[in-house]
Amino acid sequence: MKKNRLIDLRSISVRLGGTQVLRDINLYIRDKEFITLLGPSGCGKTTTLRLIAGFLQPDAGDVLFEGKSINALPPHKRQVSTIFQRYALFPHLNVADNIAFGLRLQKKSKAEIAKTVDEMLSLVNLKGFADRAASSLSGGQQQRVAIARALAVGPRVLLLDEPLGALDLKLRKDMQLELKKIQQRMGITFVYVTHDQEEALSMSDTVVVMDGGEIQQIGTPIDIYNEPINAFVADFIGESNIVDGTMLSDGKVRFSGHEFACLDGGFERNESVDVVVRPEDVDVTAPEAGMLRGKVTTNTFKGVHFEMIVDIGGFLWMIQTTDYHPVGEVIGLATPPDAIHVMKKSQYSGMFGDYSCFTEEYYELSEPENDDP
Amino acid sequence: MRTLSNTARRMLSAPYALWSLLFILAPMLFVVYYAFTDKSGAFSLDNIKGLTGYAGVFGRSVWYSVAATVICFIIAYPLALCLAGMRERTQRTLIMLIMLPMWMSFLIRTYAWLCLLQDQGIVNGVLERINLPRIHMINTPGAVILGMVYNYLPYMIVPLYNVLSKLDKSLLEASHDLGANSAQSLMRVTLPLSLPGIASGITMVFVPSISTFYISQKMSTNNISMIGDVIESQFITAYNYNMGAAISLVLMVLILVSMMVMRRFTDSDGEVVV
Repeated sequence: MKKNRLIDLRSISVRLGGTQVLRDINLYIRDKEFITLLGPSGCGKTTTLRLIAGFLQPDAGDVLFEGKSINALPPHKRQVSTIFQRYALFPHLNVADNIAFGLRLQKKSKAEIAKTVDEMLSLVNLKGFADRAASSLSGGQQQRVAIARALAVGPRVLLLDEPLGALDLKLRKDMQLELKKIQQRMGITFVYVTHDQEEALSMSDTVVVMDGGEIQQIGTPIDIYNEPINAFVADFIGESNIVDGTMLSDGKVRFSGHEFACLDGGFERNESVDVVVRPEDVDVTAPEAGMLRGKVTTNTFKGVHFEMIVDIGGFLWMIQTTDYHPVGEVIGLATPPDAIHVMKKSQYSGMFGDYSCFTEEYYELSEPENDDP
Repeated sequence: MRTLSNTARRMLSAPYALWSLLFILAPMLFVVYYAFTDKSGAFSLDNIKGLTGYAGVFGRSVWYSVAATVICFIIAYPLALCLAGMRERTQRTLIMLIMLPMWMSFLIRTYAWLCLLQDQGIVNGVLERINLPRIHMINTPGAVILGMVYNYLPYMIVPLYNVLSKLDKSLLEASHDLGANSAQSLMRVTLPLSLPGIASGITMVFVPSISTFYISQKMSTNNISMIGDVIESQFITAYNYNMGAAISLVLMVLILVSMMVMRRFTDSDGEVVV
């Protein structure tokens, strides 16, 4: 496993303009993996990417490439290519010349350049666009040219900084699939930065959840979703009901006035904890048969399921079911042991998880950010 | 809101149209008229034929103004690059300082150079004090070119700075990222993308340089004459309006050609960045 490591970030700290942007980041990136840095605006994900690209030097710590420090190596000597947020195509060059830019610097022969440009154009489905001006293309097409240009130089790692942020939803979905395909076909490492959790879950081999300049959790998409390490991750990835609980003993947790069986252990006796229950993991029962009892306060039809906000002893839960329960109905709720995730208390405890002022997740409303330095 | 009708909108430009008709178009027609007539007002090509006698002046004017323009560019481009990379507050202050000499009269500035450079001038005075030989500076081509560079340099700096400061920094990052070092990025990205500013700067320095008359008179104590000086003397001293008009016509053509050449390098919408 260890020799598989392509990039190593060791105890990286970065300060920019008096603010600590990254704090003691430790992360390794394996060869040929699709790794996503996920987090809200200003979490330091773009800064991490710029460190790897070489546009930024760490104040402390080392960036290793195949075990050797590349701290002092300027960007043009690194085997990484970047896809910029706004593509950064050269406006004075046409599509083919944009793609050939790096190849010309590598002093490749004319024939070789023409061949690679052709290959790249067909890779990104832009055959026939070679002579078009970069500025005459649509956003999605410019995106493809940027990908072709970055891949043409044969990088070991492709760094993508919110590449789909400026595209509309339909196009974004298509590009997600396409990027994943390109990554597998080229057999290179992708480091992808996004604030869109769905994008992260659907494309990545590994997800790195960041907040406040620190890594919160590293894992596969399934791990991150099923075993969030703290309230921040639980809230940021998907929908979560996060309630205060007490760990009575291994496999036994108490919350919302009821004792539940769970699969977690390793806590101290009577340790206070955060308990996560995903909205889709709650079963609705008859009021008297449930472990908990609550009153439906809103019910929204979402197509595949109904999304209800249920008042359980003053705490508002989100529950997704396929059966309709009218507002005002009192229902019973049951959660199987494997649906309950117990987490240690953290700085994020109590900040998330109640749906009393729920509208839509804030990160879906927010524009693709620009404030990550 | 109601939009203006076409006629009404056209009426808005009437004051300027009248102005340009009276004070731009009409005088130009007079120049053409005088150039092709003799003193009695009859059609004549003598003035045009007589232009051959001024070939030396034309050549010198073109040569001096090209030299001045090139020197301005060599000084201004690195400076503009440097400025564009500074903090915004510093940029604004420095641009103001660069424009500062222009708050003073052009005549005074040129006259000041005369005081500095003449044989009994300040520079030679200083040289003598520190026991160095005097240098003859005034009355040389170098002095004339220096005068033009000094006066027109800001016109080169400002358009270059405008273009370079608006250059998207991520394009340079992309260039580095794709393997270009700083020099390669400058040649392949910065320079081509600043062409509109370069064209604009060249036009703004070359055109006034080639048509100047005062600078050459002062810096050469009337010994080196350029097109502008010849035109002036034809009108003021020789009272030969016809010959003066013919020379003016050539100057106009020269300027027109140079501007057309420069236009090719500006944005596709033909906008010259000033």
